[in-house]
Formats: sequence, C-alpha cells, structure tokens
Amino acid sequence: MKIVNQDAHLVESLFGNDVKKAATRDGYGQALLELAETDPDVVVLSADLTESTRTLEFSKRYPERFIEAGVAEQNMAGMAAGLAFEGKIPFVSSFAVFSPGRNWDQIRVSICYSKANVKIGGSHTGLTTGGDGATHQALEDIAMMRCLPNMVVLAPCDVIETKKATIAAARHKGPVYIRFARDKTPVFTTDKTPFEIGKAVVFREGSDAAIIACGTMVYPALQASEELAALGLSVMVVDSPSIKPIDIETIVASAKDTGAIVTCEEHQIYGGLGGAVAEVLAARFPVPQEFVGVNDTFGESGEPRELWDKYGLTVDHIVKAVTKAVARKGGY
Amino acid sequence: MLTVSDLDILELEAMANTIRQDIIRMLVSAGSGHAGGPLGMAEVFTALYFRVMRHNPDNPDWEERDRLVLSNGHICAVRYAAMARSGYFPVDELLTYRKIDSRLQGHPHNLSLPGLENTGGPLGQGLSQAIGRCLAARMDDKDYRVYCAMSDGEHDEGQTWEALMFAGNHKLRNLTTLLDRNNIQIDGHTEDIFPLEPLRAKYEAVKWHVIEIDGHNIRQIIEACGEAKAVYEKPTAIICHTIPGKGVDYMENEPEWHGKAPSAEMGERALEQLHAEGERIRNGIAKLRG
Repeated sequence: MKIVNQDAHLVESLFGNDVKKAATRDGYGQALLELAETDPDVVVLSADLTESTRTLEFSKRYPERFIEAGVAEQNMAGMAAGLAFEGKIPFVSSFAVFSPGRNWDQIRVSICYSKANVKIGGSHTGLTTGGDGATHQALEDIAMMRCLPNMVVLAPCDVIETKKATIAAARHKGPVYIRFARDKTPVFTTDKTPFEIGKAVVFREGSDAAIIACGTMVYPALQASEELAALGLSVMVVDSPSIKPIDIETIVASAKDTGAIVTCEEHQIYGGLGGAVAEVLAARFPVPQEFVGVNDTFGESGEPRELWDKYGLTVDHIVKAVTKAVARKGGY
Repeated sequence: MLTVSDLDILELEAMANTIRQDIIRMLVSAGSGHAGGPLGMAEVFTALYFRVMRHNPDNPDWEERDRLVLSNGHICAVRYAAMARSGYFPVDELLTYRKIDSRLQGHPHNLSLPGLENTGGPLGQGLSQAIGRCLAARMDDKDYRVYCAMSDGEHDEGQTWEALMFAGNHKLRNLTTLLDRNNIQIDGHTEDIFPLEPLRAKYEAVKWHVIEIDGHNIRQIIEACGEAKAVYEKPTAIICHTIPGKGVDYMENEPEWHGKAPSAEMGERALEQLHAEGERIRNGIAKLRG
C-alpha cells in the first residue's frame, strides 16, 4: 500500500538524510520579491527587523515601495490600513510577538473590522526562536488572530509552502495573517504540492488515527507516523496550513475514516489549531482528540531541539499522544 | 490665499448652528452618545465640508477627493450631520444614529456609510491611517490632501506619537490635522489627568508646522487650511482651541458632558439657546445683504 499520498507530491526521500533544510521566513522574503515583479501595488513595511524578516532584498530592489516603520508596530499596522484603502497590498513584517503581539487593537479595528486588504507576516513563531527566550517566542499568535472576524490565518509547514501561502495571501482580498519561523527546518513539500486557502492536504493515508498538524510540526508528525507504522498503527497525517478558514470537510473525513485525532502545533494548546479542530469535530463528528502543543506555559532560552523536548513537541510526544487517542476509541 | 467674504462667513456660521441643532436632536433621539466634542467641532466640520475640502457627495469614492480621517470617532455625530447637510444622505436619517440596523454607528464604521474614510473609536488609530493614505498619494503622484481630525485626549496614546514622529520625519506635506484642543477628557481636564503641554513645542520638536487658532472662528479655520497647503516639507497641525459643548450653556467646558446625551427636556433647553443664536446669525446675514 502506498502510504504517502502521491497527490501531495512530497519529496522523494522523505525521511532520508539528504532532506534539505531552510527557514520558513525565507519563503516569505522570496515570495515578496516574486510578487513585486508582477504586482506594482505590493508594498512592504518593516518594524526595524528587515533582515530578520527577510525583507531586506525587497527594500534594496524596491525602495519606493518599502516603508521602514521603526520600532512602532501600532503605527505600522495603521499605516498599512491607510495604504490598503488607497489600493495598495501592504505586507506588515515583524516578529509575531510584536506584530500581531502588540498591535492587536489596530489589527482588530483599522484592519479587520474595516476589511483593509492588509497582510501580516509574523516571524520567529514558536519555541524554535531559541536563545532569545520566551519574550520572543510567539506561542499565542494563532489564538489572537483566529478570533478576529474577516481574518485569514495561515501556518505553512516549510519554506516552499510559506512562499505559496504568501503569494496566496496577496491574491486573497482581505486581511491575512501568515506565521513563519526563524530556524531551519526540513524542506519536504515541492512546487507541485497543492496549496489553497481553506484547504488541508492529506500527506499520508492511514486508518487507525489522524494527526492534523500545522507549521513546523508537520514534518515531526510524518516522522511519528513512520514510527507508529513500525508499531503496527496506520496513521493519517493531514497538513492544515489554513487554520482559518479551516477545512471542515477534510477534518471531518479524517475523523470518520480513523476515529481518533491528534493535533500538533508549535503554539499554545489553548486557542490554536487544536481548538479549531475540536470546534469542528465537537459539532459534527466527535471522536477522541489529543493535543500536542505548549501547555499553558511560556518557553525559555535554549536550543530548539532541547526546547521541543522540554515542552512536549518531539516525535516521541506525538507517538504517545496518538497511542493514547487510539486507546480512547472504546471510550473512557 | 482664499478670499472669503463676511457674508460667506455668516452663512457658514448659520450652517454650523444648524449642525449643532442636528447634534442635539440626534443625541436626544439616541438616548446616548457624546455631546461635548461634536458641539465644539461644529465650525471645523462646517468649514471642511462646505469650504475647504475637494469632495463630491454624489460620488463619495471620487479618486481625486480630499480624504478626511476622523480619529476620535466618538465625535462622529458632527461628521454625520455635516455629511447629511452637504448631501451625502437624507437629513432624516440622522435620527437613526446609534439605533439597530442604522448606517450611523455609535462609532463610525467605514463600510457602513459611503463617504466615511475610516473606522474610528479606539483612540490614536486615525493618524496612522491618514499617513498610509499620504504615502500612497506620494507613490502614485496624486495631489489629494489628507485631513485628520483628532482629539487632545488621544495624545495620551503612544500610537499617536509613533505616527507624529513618522509623519514629521517623512515630511508629509499633504497631511493636515485639525486637533480639537478642548482641554477635557472623560475623567476631567487634560492638564489634571495627563498633562499635554507644551503641546506646540512637542509638535515642533517632531518636525511639524503648527498653527494655533480659535476653533470657533471659521475664517481662521479656512485660512489655516490654506496656509497648510502652502507649507512644503512639513505636515501641518492646526491646533483648534475650542469650547466643548459650545452653544449650550450648561454643557460648555463641563467634562461630564463629554460622553452623555441630554434628556428630552434638557435637549429642548439646548435647542432654544441654539435657535436664538441662529436667529442672531440670520439677522446679521439680512443686514449684510441690505
């Protein structure tokens, strides 16, 4: 049986040592350069984090369409709204802890309620931000953005998907939040892997349980499914980069097909992808669900690997969560 | 410089008086809302809508129009009244203000009513949006002007200062703010709650051109907006010294009237005073016309 969904067009050697690594933030920067070439309305704003958000090259090539906002994220979000009302497609770029972290009200009122066509790129999400410590590790951004009417929330899984998400955001009319990360992570999708706002993609077929993951946790979810296969469990893996709108159809189908769900995200359990999936399933097809994510705590300084281990985000944690979800199928 | 005759000024004063009466009727009908700020800014909004701004009520989205961003959205009653009186929508609709299914939200929503440039209410957000529009005009080589009406109280907000520094540094000469310096905020007088002075010096320090005027003197408002157009290399702040609750004796300068509506009976008293003032203005017009 072919367990990897061929329609997902993942890399040939999914678990090989030759899997390349790149940071998802690179995909954001690459997409902006590509968009700028064809769309003169694309404008980039940065809050003193131009290199870190990978918008430096854009600022050099298109200085007339680049706005250095300084360390002033609230004004940056408001200016973006004003630019959008005049027909521009502004990309607001910073670390997610600052934007949307400290300009939430501006995003709520000036952007979402006003339906301003603004895109917000939040970098350095998750524990993989590493040594900078908890202040700079965004673990609440999905929750903050998901509750806002009119907002689309995207959490792509690798550099290629981040590029696609950024381009899709520009094409979408309305506010979009895209979260990405600092650290280099495996590049395992390809240009042919489908991406669409509102759609999840089954990366691996399975019948005993389904892991629904986003962002940096999708690759560990695939690794976990491989380990579980060795234990005799057939586990589906669903990449759900579109957290809002969420793909109700695919999520309900995965619950019906497997009867047990595990959600994985580098984010607080409260308010993230797991909550979004639970909202879908509780109303339509309730099955046992386990949550892999950060459990109501802040992070700290450390190497990404160490932090994932300490805060419960490793392949091993996912394997245990799946085993538990499967065991609960009989009801407890 | 614009030439404005004494007769023009009196006619604009008569319009400001009409707008004040509209505001009182709206507040009484709604049973809630803000009185002080809207009454204090009646001359400023009259001057903007009836003299200063390039706009077309029949084509609210006209690309070449001047933009008016209202940052302190709670004074929207004065904007709604000025818009209705200049032909954006029927005057009767003013009485739907703050009611269910109305286009006239308690704090203005850009998508609810054509001609509103922004959503406003949470203080400090308007100037940033105005700046975004100025930047777009610069990129696209457009010559529309962006006006931003602001309150003094919202200078407590950090975002206001982020925006002021940005605009000054970027020499946004197409930007003019009209600052309602009425010295009150909800909890009392600004200089007791969160002192702002020396306000002019602060603006000048962040590279703005500053004009201080009597915000009830329509000629001064028009001339200041004219001067702002002539200032290159800097955005202009017109500090409009106003009396909150202007025209209604029991509201004038009283912080308690910042955010409340008069009862029907108090509203009648207010309208009597405003009618009398309107009568005086009309007599003046008749005299000038001979």
